[in-house]
Amino acid sequence: MLTVHVREKHYADRGGRRHLALRDLRLSAEDGEFVCLVGPSGCGKSTLLNIIGGLDATAQASVDLDAGAAAEDVGFMFQEPRLMPWLTVRQNVCLVCDGRPGAEQRALELLRAMELGEVVDAFPGALSGGMQRRVALARAFVIEPRLLLMDEPFVSLDAPTAARLREMLITLWQRRRATVLFVTHDLREALALADRVCFLSASPGRIVLEHRIDLPRPRDPQSVEVGRRYEELLSRHPGLLAGLGGDNQDAA
Amino acid sequence: MRLASLVVFLLLWQVVAVVAQDATVPMPAVVFERIGAEIASMALPHHLGVTLLRVSVSFAAAMLIGAAVGIAMGRWPMLDRFLDGWLVLGLNIPALVTIILCYIWFGLNDWAAILAVALNKIPTVVVTVREGARAIDPRLMEVARAYRLPVSRKFLQVYLPQLYPYLFAAARAGLSLIWKIVLVVELLGRSEGIGFQLNVFFQFFDISGILAYTLVFAAVVLLVEALVMRPMERRLNRWRQ
Repeated sequence: MLTVHVREKHYADRGGRRHLALRDLRLSAEDGEFVCLVGPSGCGKSTLLNIIGGLDATAQASVDLDAGAAAEDVGFMFQEPRLMPWLTVRQNVCLVCDGRPGAEQRALELLRAMELGEVVDAFPGALSGGMQRRVALARAFVIEPRLLLMDEPFVSLDAPTAARLREMLITLWQRRRATVLFVTHDLREALALADRVCFLSASPGRIVLEHRIDLPRPRDPQSVEVGRRYEELLSRHPGLLAGLGGDNQDAA
Repeated sequence: MRLASLVVFLLLWQVVAVVAQDATVPMPAVVFERIGAEIASMALPHHLGVTLLRVSVSFAAAMLIGAAVGIAMGRWPMLDRFLDGWLVLGLNIPALVTIILCYIWFGLNDWAAILAVALNKIPTVVVTVREGARAIDPRLMEVARAYRLPVSRKFLQVYLPQLYPYLFAAARAGLSLIWKIVLVVELLGRSEGIGFQLNVFFQFFDISGILAYTLVFAAVVLLVEALVMRPMERRLNRWRQ
């Protein structure tokens, strides 16, 4: 089980002013749970992921990922694919898992399963944006992560490509059962993916609403059920996506 | 095209030599004959070998030290501010001054010679590599941190490749500078090497000797460029296509 408590995180100088990004934020996730974090832009979603992923040394925060889990068991997928342009697809995936037994084999299997078998020796520059995201997704899964942090990973893709990637993500996640924290500003995407959606307030960010979803998978963000949930949530909490939020617990 | 340019060069030379009809402008044939004789007597291979060794050692030292300092200065602004003045000084001291001082302080030996050459080159390597270290993409470094890559792999596969273009620019400029300085160093204080030989020929007004050594030396430089630098660069830049 993952528990996170961010007491405070501020930026000393953002636009000449001290900026309080997060305060007293508590978040937890069951093993294997898929949690989406939704909030207005600038509310500190990415900051939160960076803290959990160990990329932020200045925050006052504690992150507990279960006894027995090593720090190496965390996968991270960023807004951009962030592949090393000088490494081939295969090398990019193997970069993060070197030294683990059977890693090379697993990397190839993953790449093949993601329909990248043809391009394992190509450089990222030769791939389309969607394919680069797939490589990044493979890189995140190849280490068999206990925790997978995803920071708007499918943003700026066309709808069919994004849908395809979400499908792949769900398939991989169902097979491996990693705990996933998925940041997005797209509520439909969150409703289509998550077991539970956490809404963040405007900055300083904290969680103002949690919403559980038990619709069967796979779900399509454009489907009727997702649409109904979407309307329902927004009519009950009109300011939700602006980060104003309502009650603290919502039994769905 | 390269071959054509070589032929035209030789033709021009021949024309100038024929027109000038002067002992100070020997025909190409004379010079090539001289090269053959110098090689047969083993004088040229010996001096060339000595010079090449000095070039390689001082080149390697300058690149290593310059890259290390450049990376450090690009990374830590405090250090950058501290060393910046020294760097400007180092860039602007004439090569001749460094050479003379090294010989005076450390004696007329090979280490002083190599040190003098390296000292001349290090500041320019530092400046180039520092530029690269400042341009390192923090987003890629975050990937390395997020996945907890071991330091060595992070350095060799994520950090260093971002510096390759800068290292190559430094190496290119470095080799051409070092070739030249090494000859001056040899002329001033060593009793072996191409620079020393050129000085001897100069005193005897032996033009074909000077041209013979210069030609061979130039050929070696071209070979190093064609057989080492260019293939290496192509290999490291494969991904750019």
